[in-house]
Amino acid sequence: MTGVPATWYLLLSAALFCIGAAGALTRRNGITIFLSIELMLNSVNLSIVAYARIASASGSLLASLDGKVLVLFVLAVAAAEAAVGLALFIAVYRNRREIDINRLNLMRW
Amino acid sequence: MFEFLTTSGPALLFYLFALMAVAGAVCVVSMRNPMYGAIGLLVCFLSIAALFLLRHAEFVAVVQIFVYGGGIMVLFLFVIMLVNLHRLHETTMLGNYWRTAFVVSLALVAIFGFLFLKVEFGPSFEDPSKFVDALEPGMGNSEAVAWKLYREYLLPFEIASVFLLVAMVGAVVLGRRA
Repeated sequence: MTGVPATWYLLLSAALFCIGAAGALTRRNGITIFLSIELMLNSVNLSIVAYARIASASGSLLASLDGKVLVLFVLAVAAAEAAVGLALFIAVYRNRREIDINRLNLMRW
Repeated sequence: MFEFLTTSGPALLFYLFALMAVAGAVCVVSMRNPMYGAIGLLVCFLSIAALFLLRHAEFVAVVQIFVYGGGIMVLFLFVIMLVNLHRLHETTMLGNYWRTAFVVSLALVAIFGFLFLKVEFGPSFEDPSKFVDALEPGMGNSEAVAWKLYREYLLPFEIASVFLLVAMVGAVVLGRRA
């Protein structure tokens, strides 16, 4: 039973983060931007879990659980962010009949 | 053949789920219809949950499937169906500043690549056999997480609950028909 080095998990996490960042920055559809942000949050979770397993190699018995608890908090924040953000999109859609990011430029200088 | 599968099973599973996660992520950012993007994101979430399992984070993996694969994904699908995006084919996919944004994302890729080339990772990063099991014998993963969560992280846990309540009230108020 040989696993994969933790570096590979970090590499995968970085790749997912970059894909999500590219999507969040370049896309025009508001919902797709939100999907990309969720993807970025999840990639960070992956790297935290990868690190948590490393912490267990060096430290005390329950050291690796810090990372897992941190992942739970990130999950809670992501859920709250998704709920509020999607409610905002529904409110915007109700007023404007569109969620095109390029046309929501009322606050632009 | 069978021996190869048993010896390198975790590595093969990692490659499989990593490939699925990247494919789902590419699907999210490249699909014109956000519905297909949401399905790609679901594939990505489930693959990441499998990777959590490979990393011995069983409780987090199950919570990931419940919260992301269940809750957040249903929320997204409902909003996509409520905000039904007609005229989707007439508009362009990319925003006004997509060239700048593309350069910024490429810079991000370059920074990560530089880090991975330059940083020396320790021995525990390279050799998974150096890991010790973090659990006491006879203690399950969820039991251990609960031990940690309700003893050392009790205050952040309570704050998170209040935070979720505030987010829920905010979402209801924002989504209400004015």
